[in-house]
Amino acid sequence: MTQPKLGPVGWLRWFWRQLTSMRTALFLLLLLAIAAVPGSLVPQRSSDPNGVTKYFTDNPKLAPVLDNLQFFDVYTSVWFSAIYLLLFASLIGCIIPRTKHHFEAMRAKPPKTPVRLTRMAGYQVRTLPAEARADAPDPILTARDVLKASHYRVALYQDARSTSVSAERGYLRETGNLVFHVALLGVLLAIGVGGGFGYTGQKIVVEGQSFVNSLPSYNSFNPGRFFSDGALAPFSIAVNKLDVRYETKNQDAIGTPLDYTAHVTTTGPGDTSSDTTIKVNEPLAIGGTNVYLLGNGYAPTITVKNTAGKVVFSDSVPFIPQADPGLTSLGFVKVPDGLKEQVGMIGFFYPTVTESERAKGALASKFPGLNDPVLSLNVYAGDLGVDNGVPQSVYSLNTDTLEQLAGPPTKTKALELKPGQTVELPNGLGTITLDGVKRFATLEVHHDPAQIWVLVFAVLILGGLLTSLFVPRRRLWVKAIENPDGSLTLEYAGLARGEDPNLLAAVTAAADQHSHALSGRPTT
Amino acid sequence: MTETLAQLSTVFLYAAMGLYAAAFIAFALDLARRGARATAVEAAVVPSAVARRAEVREPVGAPAPTIIGEAPRDVAPPSSALGRLSSRISSKVEDDLVNGSDSSASMRWAFGLTIVGFAFHLVAVVLRGIAAARVPWANMWEFSMTGTLVIIGVFLVANLKWQIKYLGTFVLGLVLVLQGVALLRYYVPVVPLQPALQSYWLVIHIIVAVLGTAFFALGFALSGLQLLQYRRERQVEESRPQQFRFLATLPNSVTLENLAYRINIVGFIAWTFTLIAGAIWAEKAWGRYWGWDTKEVWTFIIWVIYAGYIHARATRGWRGSRSAWLAIIGFAAVLFNFGIVNVFFHGLHAYSGL
Repeated sequence: MTQPKLGPVGWLRWFWRQLTSMRTALFLLLLLAIAAVPGSLVPQRSSDPNGVTKYFTDNPKLAPVLDNLQFFDVYTSVWFSAIYLLLFASLIGCIIPRTKHHFEAMRAKPPKTPVRLTRMAGYQVRTLPAEARADAPDPILTARDVLKASHYRVALYQDARSTSVSAERGYLRETGNLVFHVALLGVLLAIGVGGGFGYTGQKIVVEGQSFVNSLPSYNSFNPGRFFSDGALAPFSIAVNKLDVRYETKNQDAIGTPLDYTAHVTTTGPGDTSSDTTIKVNEPLAIGGTNVYLLGNGYAPTITVKNTAGKVVFSDSVPFIPQADPGLTSLGFVKVPDGLKEQVGMIGFFYPTVTESERAKGALASKFPGLNDPVLSLNVYAGDLGVDNGVPQSVYSLNTDTLEQLAGPPTKTKALELKPGQTVELPNGLGTITLDGVKRFATLEVHHDPAQIWVLVFAVLILGGLLTSLFVPRRRLWVKAIENPDGSLTLEYAGLARGEDPNLLAAVTAAADQHSHALSGRPTT
Repeated sequence: MTETLAQLSTVFLYAAMGLYAAAFIAFALDLARRGARATAVEAAVVPSAVARRAEVREPVGAPAPTIIGEAPRDVAPPSSALGRLSSRISSKVEDDLVNGSDSSASMRWAFGLTIVGFAFHLVAVVLRGIAAARVPWANMWEFSMTGTLVIIGVFLVANLKWQIKYLGTFVLGLVLVLQGVALLRYYVPVVPLQPALQSYWLVIHIIVAVLGTAFFALGFALSGLQLLQYRRERQVEESRPQQFRFLATLPNSVTLENLAYRINIVGFIAWTFTLIAGAIWAEKAWGRYWGWDTKEVWTFIIWVIYAGYIHARATRGWRGSRSAWLAIIGFAAVLFNFGIVNVFFHGLHAYSGL
């Protein structure tokens, strides 16, 4: 015996049939669940880039191996994408024929009544006596009306022995099921479109400063693949004031943040201008874009003068909060011009200073609010590396080409400043003043043109799910058989199409209604 | 004031746990009774050797013994009060064994104790809410407290529609373990809400998640019973010895499977809603609706597992035990998501308060 040979088309057909089978869909679903797990075990570049860096430091051997397997980008990895793309291909292959079939079923009459109803669910027989028939309306037409009133589609059939009604209801179940699956596709598409044409950017804005929505003004910016500058709505936001409240009374929660509110003035798009607020759960919608208040911190205002008393640096420098409930923050000050040497400083800012419990002589912060602020600075001099044109982050300092002048481990103490104080820089370089402390807001600007469609499809998913799981699809039959004695045997039965726990009750209810309609009282 | 109310809440919770523990014992006694009843019924159907010998001696034509109503009542009543009492109890136990309906004395006690315990539990949760002046589900302690309350509540309400009192031992056992772990590990005093949690979505997103969890818990119990029942049915078929005699008094495995399915799909719908509501809230609070945060990942995994469960019911070869295993894995993932991911995984859902 020889197997029939499959040509390329035959193989494609075979492959497609395999892919669209329920068994494959189930396998892919379970595979998807398993494939999602690693993304929760190791940090992901998309949600926790610092965690990835730390993972590389902590596991220098393992990390590169995992990186080659795309374990730090699980949800955009080749293997994860392959699973969900196959799953969606399988889904499409499943819903196209089903939609066609459902469409035909909606236009067709309910199918012919089975010859023998005895084997069907909820089968029951009632008899209409000969003497009662004279007054009763036509039994089968009555059955049709009863079922129609219960939202069944009906068709009448007749054979040699009997007349019958074939009825079906619950087409919405399949409609809901198809809507659910199409909406899943819709969500995937909308996410793709939104990610492709949208953008996300972050900007740190100090109180009193403003931010213009243009590429150069962002601290970090993640455009979608099809992003163009035209997608940046023309507006600007001035942060006038940032209100922050911390818990002070509840002993169990001293220092817990209670409220962050940024008071802003927006300008544009166009000539519009308004004063409004941005809060954590209340983003600002402006020009088709949402602006969120994602973080905040302190920006000490620092002035550096040279020996001649000339101001060579004056700015509010955002200090980044470290993982500390007391909001100890780290920042960098760079003075490239105007002093004898280029000077860099690494500063720690303590909003409410106290002696550190961990290291003797070191400082810490015991409360995130500005009760007793101190700025401590380690001073470096030499080459800041800013002259060769390579752009530098303002949130780091490369000390390789610098000599440390003050702060541990040198013998000179780190500079310590309270607001309003001025101290001498080491080596007679000049003076430094802490003029005051402002706050800054971290604004996240997010533009996703398809976000609303994700929501629409999500709602359709829920609606489709509800109807596909709770609307029962069932067939019901009523058959009338003439008896020799002039009485009529009425048979009732049903068939569940999908889960239908109430089928038997439905058959009985229909039989009862029918009896009632025929006689005004139950038949025997 | 806040502290007093919070302490009072904990006192009520302890009281509820005591009542639940008593209810647990009573439910377990009922299961034992069911086991004994199954054995007794079996013994009546298959007469013992002694009975068979007795039958031979009896004159032919005597009425065949029926299972029901043959308690030894015609024996002369004992004279002492203690004797009367003990005979009353033993006849009651025997009556119960043979006639046993779904409401044995221990079952009635168990259910009653559960309802009273639920009332205490409810007071505990409400007091915690008043103490904190907000919904009592903003950290793991409160979530455990409200979550177990909802599990008991769903169990009680589900019994109005379906006869699933036999799940009592499992449900009460689960609640006692969860609440016990919470008392040991998750207790935190009342603290104010951080800004990210100050949203009406806290009310919606969490309570629906709790509801979903409660339905999944019941579904899990039913699926577990379904597997045991299926095993017993096979043992009966192959005339092998059986364990867990009480199973003989429970619905067959197909009925259990259908019931588990109906309860799990309610859980699935709640879970779908939680996922969507969570995404809407995440968009407001974190600036994106989906970011594969560890908790989001696990919520997604659970959703996919239960989606697989629903599809398994329509896949040849997967109906029955295989789909039951999916429901069990799904609930294990729910517990993992709450107990492990919240505490040990790094992510934005850092609200355990620990």
